[in-house]
Parts: sequence; structure tokens; C-alpha cells
Amino acid sequence: MSMSLSNAPTPLGLGSKLLRLNWALPVFLAIVSGVGFAMLYSVAGGDFDPWARAQIIRFTVGFLGMFIVAMIDIRLWYKAAWPFYIFAFTLLIAVEFLGVSGKGAVRWIDLGFIRLQPSELMKIALVVVLARYYHDIRPDRVKNAFLLLPPLALIALPAALVLKQPDLGTTVLLCAGGIAIMFMAGASLWFFGLLVAGAGGLVYAIFGSCGQDWQILKDYQCRRITTFIDPASDPQGAGYHITQSKIAFGSGGYSGMGFTEGPQSRLDFLPEKHTDFIFTTLGEEFGLVGALALLGLYMMILFVGMLTTLRIKHTFGRLIGTGVCFTFFCYFAINMAMIMGLAPVVGVPLPLVSYGGTSMLVILFAFGLLLSAQVHARVPFKKREDA
Amino acid sequence: MIDRRKIQAATNSRFTRRALVLFGSQLGLAGILGSRMYQLQVVESGHYTERAERSRIRPRLIPPIRGEIFSRDGTPLAENRQNYRVVMVREQTEDIKLSLQKLATIIDLKPERQEELYEKIRRSSSFAHVLVAENLTWSEFADINANAPALRGVSPEIGLTRHYPEADMTAHIVGYVGAPNEKDVKRAGPAKGLLKLPGMRIGKNGIERIAEDGLRGTAGVRRVERNVHGRTIRELFRQDGTQGDTLDLTIDLELQKYAMERLGDESGAVIVMDVNDGDVLALASTPGYDPNNFVLGLSQKQWVSLRDNEKNPLTNKAVAGTYPPGSTFKMMTLLAALENGINPTDGHFCNGALWFGNRFFNCWKRQGHGFMDGISAIKNSCDVYFYEIAQQVGINKIAELSRRFGLGVEPEIELPRVKSGVMPDRNWKEAVLGESWYKGETLNAGIGQGYTTTTPLQLAVMTARLANGGFGVKPRLIRGRNGERIKAPPLRSLGVNPDNVALVRQAMSAVTNEQGGTAYRSRISAIGKEMSGKTGTAQVRRISTAERQTGVLKNEDLPWKLRDHALFVAFAPSDKPRYAIAVVVEHGGGGSKVAAPIARDVLLHAQFQGKPPPDAVPNDANPIFGHDPLGPV
Repeated sequence: MSMSLSNAPTPLGLGSKLLRLNWALPVFLAIVSGVGFAMLYSVAGGDFDPWARAQIIRFTVGFLGMFIVAMIDIRLWYKAAWPFYIFAFTLLIAVEFLGVSGKGAVRWIDLGFIRLQPSELMKIALVVVLARYYHDIRPDRVKNAFLLLPPLALIALPAALVLKQPDLGTTVLLCAGGIAIMFMAGASLWFFGLLVAGAGGLVYAIFGSCGQDWQILKDYQCRRITTFIDPASDPQGAGYHITQSKIAFGSGGYSGMGFTEGPQSRLDFLPEKHTDFIFTTLGEEFGLVGALALLGLYMMILFVGMLTTLRIKHTFGRLIGTGVCFTFFCYFAINMAMIMGLAPVVGVPLPLVSYGGTSMLVILFAFGLLLSAQVHARVPFKKREDA
Repeated sequence: MIDRRKIQAATNSRFTRRALVLFGSQLGLAGILGSRMYQLQVVESGHYTERAERSRIRPRLIPPIRGEIFSRDGTPLAENRQNYRVVMVREQTEDIKLSLQKLATIIDLKPERQEELYEKIRRSSSFAHVLVAENLTWSEFADINANAPALRGVSPEIGLTRHYPEADMTAHIVGYVGAPNEKDVKRAGPAKGLLKLPGMRIGKNGIERIAEDGLRGTAGVRRVERNVHGRTIRELFRQDGTQGDTLDLTIDLELQKYAMERLGDESGAVIVMDVNDGDVLALASTPGYDPNNFVLGLSQKQWVSLRDNEKNPLTNKAVAGTYPPGSTFKMMTLLAALENGINPTDGHFCNGALWFGNRFFNCWKRQGHGFMDGISAIKNSCDVYFYEIAQQVGINKIAELSRRFGLGVEPEIELPRVKSGVMPDRNWKEAVLGESWYKGETLNAGIGQGYTTTTPLQLAVMTARLANGGFGVKPRLIRGRNGERIKAPPLRSLGVNPDNVALVRQAMSAVTNEQGGTAYRSRISAIGKEMSGKTGTAQVRRISTAERQTGVLKNEDLPWKLRDHALFVAFAPSDKPRYAIAVVVEHGGGGSKVAAPIARDVLLHAQFQGKPPPDAVPNDANPIFGHDPLGPV
């Protein structure tokens, strides 16, 4: 990378942008998605249909989209931040009235050609809007306590709506992602101390409310928590998922049963084997070696993502990078913890691997933003207060 | 500007610091995930592997092939026949109704039955084999095979069904199999799972029931991998079961069939047994029934007609029919008297009746027999003589001896629902009726009337034990298992004086072989094949004093149900006994006229293998082989 290029004040050409792009990230994303195709092929009993083929098509679309997003000037995304958030928020409210039910929760808007899941869109919108918020604040004022309130509101409003759907997994992802951005933006540490205490109290209150007349969660969510604590309490009911998942995953052993040979998944003992529980099949078929390899790949993406983020010179880009990376981490960590019985079943997919259109597109879009920030790492940014 | 740069630098270093903290904690969490993977997939892997196998691999039982049953000469009495049947699998057809309609053009399948099957198939799992029809003829089965492409979802199968080639001839011995009911399953213990298999049959009667455990065999096991819906994916392991025991019966099929035919339309029983080893050569009970109907499932009409038949075809009269032994009991009374020191040559005078207590005890011969000793009393079947000696010996001693000869004791034979009859004594009456014994009852018991009842089998055993000189032979039906002979248990003496037994046998010989004996007309004249026997006629109704005065009604004038039972027991040859026989013809009339000729014919058949020479029977004999040598009387 030459100094002349990096300091160029004029807009970059498309060719030079592609040259600047950190290609390691797309390569790792493609590899992980490839693992996903293989697993979807396997859980279909060695067939591209019904899942693998559709997933490949979505990936192709999303992957190309990611490059387009990456090529767009980061300052344009900066300008779009508020409209984007308001759009996502409006959709989230709309889902309350127009939503389509699925598995006891209202999460989708059926637009005819696509079933849109606004909560997924909100994850990105929240990252972008918080990045912009902190970008706009003078660096010496980030520790101001009053300035904590707007980002908290920006997080809490959509989180409350998503919790109402109810979608505990996405709520956790939204809150965690938002708070991570606040942390990276430089908010005071005492705030996080308070937050941890507050969150602890809230979790205790929520769990404690189960079975009381002021119960906050839905019955099935309470059941999931109880069965998480003791899966054997209901082996055929709510604990079934966890128990079967652990059996299948554990029986994979050191090197697994071999590709398409996982009996538990092949024999339909596993529920949701192509979506939230696909990691179980991977563990069963490729064993510890395969599971660690995928974890390693994810950590590589995270590492490259963080490394890239550190080189970005403007706050907006940095916070987008951090937010994308952290949300990505939350995805796979919660999913893996869930299928290995370390966390309650909350319905978080394994990013890029689980079958699902919105999640795949949103993740690739998010990395597109990260790449856009990377490509435009040194663009001169006007701050609102400078204008 | 400098200020701003400073702040920027501070912001930058804080961002880097916090990024490191964030990434570090993520790395830490990833470490926890990795170690959890290690815990599940390496440390606890064995536990989970075992649980996975347990849930996906299921043992499936393979029903064993039921053992077959053969007669003495190796003719099958119960065999397994191929059963052509047709099943339907839902997932193999798009239109269940259409397939059933097409099938109905080949086999008989009424619209109501089609509707019933449609519902059943619709409700079953998509891969389940639902039985549509069985016991198809070969041509139906071949037609279905030929039309297989048009009959989607329909698949022909070959199963095994129990078949009894001799049908009603051996029904009461072999019995039949049927579907197990809930009680059977409960009783089955470890074989419970096997009994629950569809199409499983177990012995319901006869040898099939008594020898069920051996005949059934042991189930094989297939270990199959199945999915969560229960569909079998593949077979992992197979161990075939062992076939049930093959049983060889003591039954001589030709003799058995002859005995059945000789009884003809009568309701009765014939038992022939070997006096030395207890082998039962024939065990006939008429009327018979076709056990094959039970295997296929009896129709309501068939069941009602069998149940309501007054000749009780379903009862095995040979072991479960209880009759007063009548005069066939007199050997027991005589032997008890001899054993208790009464001299056989001491006699009593019979003038047609004995005054005892406050009433007359009549002899069957109203004009009286005159002077009678032990031998002539048996020969003439004089009742008065036995009234006298029974009274002298007492009921307890008669009963004790009779039990040693098998009366009033449950016989050990490989058949179910065997009756024990009644051999009364003082204690019995006290216990069962709560009354004390009257002396007059000893008199009645002495001639085999009163409370005493016996089964034909018990009479045959009694006769065999007399014929073999007083040894406790036991009847048996199974002489071989899986081709290996089962040795008869050694004979144990019953502890009676052989001289006394010899005298009783001599008396029985007089019955058939001496002029004037009650069964003289049924004697066998072939040298060395002579028969010794004893007649008996058991009264079914009470004869009132009024009727005695006006003349006792003849059997021919009575309705069938009120006629006397005809009994006859015998052994042959007289001097070196080998066969013992008991014949009971229900409501047949007199023992000498009806039962004795049957015994003679069956014993002739046994001794000459079905081909007696014409001079084996004298000219003045009772009818032989169903026709009367003397012409119509």
C-alpha cells in the first residue's frame, strides 16, 4: 500500500478499491459457507435438495452483494445511518400487525417474494446508527453520563419489540452488540460495572418470575430455561432438543462418523437439524477435529475482522467493524454453547452454515459494511460538529 | 489542534486497548467452547455413543418355526403349511382405494371389507405392512403375482400356517393353535414379546397346548437400525431362532382312525394303551371336529353349532368325560376283598336282591344267579356277591386300592383339561358333602354306582395295571422328541399280591372266553389273541319303585339322553397281556351289546395290524366291522 494512494483526497477508482480490499475476509467467509453447503447436503441424506442448492444460490447473491456494499463509499453509509435505523424500526413495528407466525413467534413480514425478518435487519441498523452516534460525539465527551442515554434508548426500543415477538436470542444479540459498541466507543467503565449488575438483576428477576403471576417470559421460554438447567427433567418434551443434540454431538467422538454418515441426524432423531442444530450434525460426522476446525475458522474471521478494524482511521468505520465482528461472534458462540448444553435453547442460527435466507444475507451485508470501512479506511470524514 | 491530536491519540490507544480486551475475552469464550467440545466428544463420548446406539438400534424378534407333530409311524399330525397372503403398504401406492378395487377383481373382497381395510391402511404408518387377505389359493396368489405392476402397494407374501392333515381323526389328541389372548401373554414371561408379534399362534388345546413351550421354539433376533419414526433402515445383525421340538406321538394312526370310525356316529371314547410301557396307541373321542377351522378362526355359526351339539364334540371324552364305572369297577371290589383276606372260593347266594338296612338292593338279574364265588361273580357280573363283599371290606379299603389303580386320581398324561373323577370314601363325603357315610352307600360303590365316577382313560389305566400283574404303568402320548426316543419310566409295583391279581385276570377271562360270560358273544377265537374283559352299564336315570313293579323301561324306549352308558374294559392277549382297552359309549345301552364288540374289533385291529383272519371271530359273535355276521336279528 503506497502512501500516495492512502493519502489521496480524491475518490478512489473501482479497480484500486478492489486492490485495497482485504481479500482474506471474503475467502474465509466463503470457506465457512462451503462447510455449510456440505452440511446441508449431508443432512438432506446426501442430496442438494431441498437445502444445499437454495443455500448456494443465496450465498452467491449475498456474496456479490457484499462486494457491492464494500465498494460503496463509507460516507454514504454514514449518511444513510438514521434512515436505515428508522426503516428497520418501522418494519419491526409493522411485524406486530402484519407478521406471519412461525413456531409460536411472530417474526416475519411476508412481502410476497421474500419473507423478511426485520429483527435481523435491525442488528445491522443498530450497529450502523450507534457507530454514527459515537462518530458524531466529540471524543472528549464520550464519558459524559447523559450521553449514555440516547444509545441506551436506541438499543432498548428495538430490543423490547423483539423480546415481545418473542425472540430471546435476537434480543440478547441486539443488546450484546449495542453494548459492545458503547464499550469500544469509550464509555466509562463504571457504566459497564453498573450494567453488569443491572443485567444480573434483570436476568434474576426474569428467571425468578417463571411460574409467578407476574411472569415476564412466555411459558415455553420458561420451560427452556428449566430444561437447560436440568435437561433430564423432560426428556421427551422441551429437554428433547438438548438431550438429543448432546447424544449426537458426543457420539461423534474424536474424528466423527464420516461425511453423510451421522446416524442420529440421518435417522431424524435431531430436530431442526438443518437450521439451529446443524452444528450437532457437524460434530457427529466430523467429531472433535471437525468441530474445532470450524471454531478455528470462525475465530480466524474474527481475528482478521478485528485486525482490519484496528487499521481504520475513522470512528464510524471502527465501530462498524467492532459491531459486525462482535455480533458475528455472539452468533456462533451462542449457537455452539446452545447445542452443547452450555446455554438455553434460544434460536440463534450458526452464521453462514445454518439454512436460512435472511440471516445469510444480513451477515454478508454486515461484512460488506466492514469491508467498505476497510476500503475507505482513510477517507476524510466530516464530523457534524465541524460542519 | 495539538489538543485535538492528543485526544485523538488517547482515543486511539483506548480503542486498541479495549479491542484487545474484547478479542481476548472472545478468545477465552472460544476456549471454553473448545474444551466443552473436548469434554463431550472425547471424555464423555462413550456414554453418548451408547445412548445413541440404544435409541437407534432396536432388536426385532424373528418368530421361530413351530415344531411338528408325528404319529408313531411318522405320519404328520400337525405340520406347517405355506400360507399365501397379501399385504398392502401405504407409501407404495398413490391411491389405496384403487389398488383395493383392482385387487377385488382377483380375490373376494367385499366393498364393506374394502372400506374397513382402507381405514386401517390410512391410519397405519406409511411403511407398515397391513394384512389384506390370507389363505389364498395358489391360483389367486399366482394371479396377484402376475398382475403385480397394476396392483400398486399390494405385495404377495408367503407365511406359515398350522395344518392338521388328519383333521377330526386326531383333533382331541393334537389340539389346535390360536391367537394368544391377554392372559396367554401375561403368563408367557420372557416370551411375552414373541407372543405379541402379529400372526403369532400358540397351542390352545391338546398336545399343542401342553407341549407349547417346546413346540414354540426360541425366537431369533434381528438388530435393526431404525429412525425416530420407527422405520427400519437396515439390518445390522441377525441370529436366527431355533425351530420348536419335533414330537413323535405314541398314537398308532391306523388304529386311531379305526377306533374313530368304529365309534361312528356314537358319542363315546376308546382308549388303547400298552400295558407295559404306557404308550397310548389310540385315544378316540367322538364326535370329532376339524381343528383347522380353529386355526383360520371359527365363524360364529360354526362355533354355535359345535357348542350346542348335544354330543359335545369339543369335549375330549377320553380324558374329560366322567361316567359311573358300573360293573367295570367290580374288579376293584374283588381285589380289595382278596387283599383283605377274603377267600375267593367262599361264596354268596344270589336270589335277585339283598335286604340291607331297610331296603332291597337289586341284582340286575331279577331271578338271581344262585351260588356265586369270586370268579363266577365277575363272569356273570352278579351284583349281590359284590354287595356282600363290599360290605365286608368297607369303603375305605376299596377306595384305597382303587386309587392305587388310578381311580379318583388325576392321570399323568400330556393333555390339558384332564378330569380326575371321584373315588369316594368316608373322609371324602365328610369333606365334600358334609355328611357321614351310610353303610348302604358302600354297597352301591361296590358295583361302581353312587358317587364313583371315572374317565375312560382311568378305566384303561386300571385295566392295564391289572393286565400287567399289578404294576403302576402310566399313560403317555409323547415317545420321542427331535428324533430321539424317550424311554418309558421303569414300572413300579403297586404292592398288591400277584396271585390275587392273577385271579382277577382269570375271572375277566371267564367273562369273554367262557360260555355264559356276559361278553362271551364278543370273544376273540384266534389262538393266542384272546381277549379278557368286563362289561359295564352305567345307569343315567333313577329308576323308581313304581317303575320296577311295572317293569323297567327298555333303553330303546327311552330318549337318547336318558339311556344307559355302555362300558367295556379289556386286555389282550389273555395269557400274555399287551394291550389294554376301555370303551365308553354314551347312552349306548348295555355294555355287552354295544361296547364289547367295539373293544373286540379294536383289539383285533391292534393285534393283526388291521387284517384279522375271518376265523378270529366265532360264528355266533356280535357284529364285526360294522356288519352283522348273523344277519339282521
